[in-house]
Amino acid sequence: MTAALTEASKRSQDVAAAGGIAVEGVEKRFGTFEALKGVSLGVPNGSLTALLGPSGSGKSTLLRVIAGLEAPDAGRVLIAGEDATRVTPQKRGVGFVFQHYAAFKHMTVEKNVGFGLKIRKRGKDEIAAKVDELLKLVHLHGFAHRYPSELSGGQRQRMALARALAVEPEVLLLDEPFGALDATVRKELRTWLRRLHEDVHVTTIFVTHDQEEAMDVAEQIVVMNDGRIEQIGTPRDLYEEPANEFVMGFVGEVNKLGDDLVRPHDIQILTEPDGNAQEGQIERVAHLGFEVRVELVLDDGRRLAVQTTRQDAEERELESGQIVYLRPDRERRFAEA
Amino acid sequence: MRGEGRLQRYGLRVVALGYLAALLVIPVAIIFVRTFEEGLGPPLDAITSADGQHAFWLTIVCVGIAVPLNTIFGVLAALVLVRQKFHGKAILNTIIDLPFAISPVVIGLSLLLVYGRNGWVGQSFIDAGFPIIFSTPGMVLATVFVSLPFVVRETMPVLQEIGDEQEQAASTLGASPWQTFWRVTLPAIRWGVAYGVVLATARALGEFGAVSVVAGRISGETETLPLFVENEFTNFNLAGAYAAAIVLALLALVVLFSMNLFKRKEREA
Repeated sequence: MTAALTEASKRSQDVAAAGGIAVEGVEKRFGTFEALKGVSLGVPNGSLTALLGPSGSGKSTLLRVIAGLEAPDAGRVLIAGEDATRVTPQKRGVGFVFQHYAAFKHMTVEKNVGFGLKIRKRGKDEIAAKVDELLKLVHLHGFAHRYPSELSGGQRQRMALARALAVEPEVLLLDEPFGALDATVRKELRTWLRRLHEDVHVTTIFVTHDQEEAMDVAEQIVVMNDGRIEQIGTPRDLYEEPANEFVMGFVGEVNKLGDDLVRPHDIQILTEPDGNAQEGQIERVAHLGFEVRVELVLDDGRRLAVQTTRQDAEERELESGQIVYLRPDRERRFAEA
Repeated sequence: MRGEGRLQRYGLRVVALGYLAALLVIPVAIIFVRTFEEGLGPPLDAITSADGQHAFWLTIVCVGIAVPLNTIFGVLAALVLVRQKFHGKAILNTIIDLPFAISPVVIGLSLLLVYGRNGWVGQSFIDAGFPIIFSTPGMVLATVFVSLPFVVRETMPVLQEIGDEQEQAASTLGASPWQTFWRVTLPAIRWGVAYGVVLATARALGEFGAVSVVAGRISGETETLPLFVENEFTNFNLAGAYAAAIVLALLALVVLFSMNLFKRKEREA
């Protein structure tokens, strides 16, 4: 246990020394609530990492500890190899983007974006040039003289991003950046964030409770639950090789068959009985575009869902009421936690 | 159905406006009428008299000291009460409302008990050649006391509403707490503060009871406009009383109009 921890912290130190972020044994409590129960994590320089977890899992608290907006009760935060645990957010060199934008409402877009540079007493021309460049980058050119109240949610959040990037932070932290936006804008912005990261290449961590968003955008995902890290890995790793039942359930849909867990697309539907295939009755066939979702009841009353393609469902004329036979594939069984 | 609705609507309006007219508008209007009943001469004489002029400027001094003091204190107290957690917060929150709850006369008496000749620290001030009671400092103190809660009470809800994310954002962008206050917090709460200042000014301008107790009411020395009005009135110099009353009313009107302006700005912001 101790050896593993030391190993983890050594690894995170290596990461931090190379310009990234390292978090070591961070604990944080609010009153009696333990938000973080000893979290260690390394974020490589220039990477794009998602903190993924349900609400109350501690992901936002961890992000705020990294930003210096919360002080940890125990543990350290290293940024680019330097111990930043006691450094104020003012001096930490992080860009932070809030879920509800935190736009300076009494300032125009231009003044919002230039705020950090003005604080740093940069020249007027330099500020104007930088603001201009950033507004182009976030596609808000032409909105320079508007007030935040005259922008849509998506535009406000892009403004907030430009504002955070203006001071050229070593680290960019985003707390549920798309959480307050509607579904279409969300998807658009996450594609855009990924592209932006390819251009700017600043070490980026974003918090989300949406597994699809995390998998779409991030190179590395940190799954959190109940103040702890459950697993760290690439989107593919997490999906294919989940460390435990929680991760498997959180990064994708699962069916529970006894002690076995199986993904809906790893169940084969047979129209004829075949060996040990389980019998079930189709309750509902939902057409979701390319994908078809078949909801079934097994003979013992348990329910499960199967994903298949539209073509497959049509060829075999799957419909509600029909009796079929199910053969799960690639089931997983985790030791009791 | 529709007719009934209209009747109800107009009925309500008549009641509200009638109430205002009977209790507020007509009495104030009558003062205007009475003042100029005998032409411009008498009221003009009254307010340009030495005592009248002195009362006017003394009022301005009291307001000019009390309101800025209470503005600074009010913003600070609001920040502390909204942004910080500490033991005794509820008590502080209640104490701030004391001037609302206590009768101004009692406030005046309490100041006498502390700073008066036989008061707690009064004699030491008198010995130091800086008497407080029956002198301008005492009147300023009384004005500060009665106008204290307004800025705090108007600023607190605005601070609560804007939350602290803008301040946090400013700090991650490199702003010091001082810079954050001046560039982010204060501009965000400015209309709330302004509204509080207006209310405090109106209250300070018109304060009678508390100031009256500590002033000793020496004409031309410790008389503010409200005291002057009352003095003229009891001396049967009605023209003077009405004229000074009009000056007070006009000052109050200016203040109230600016208040409406601030309210609108606040809503727009």
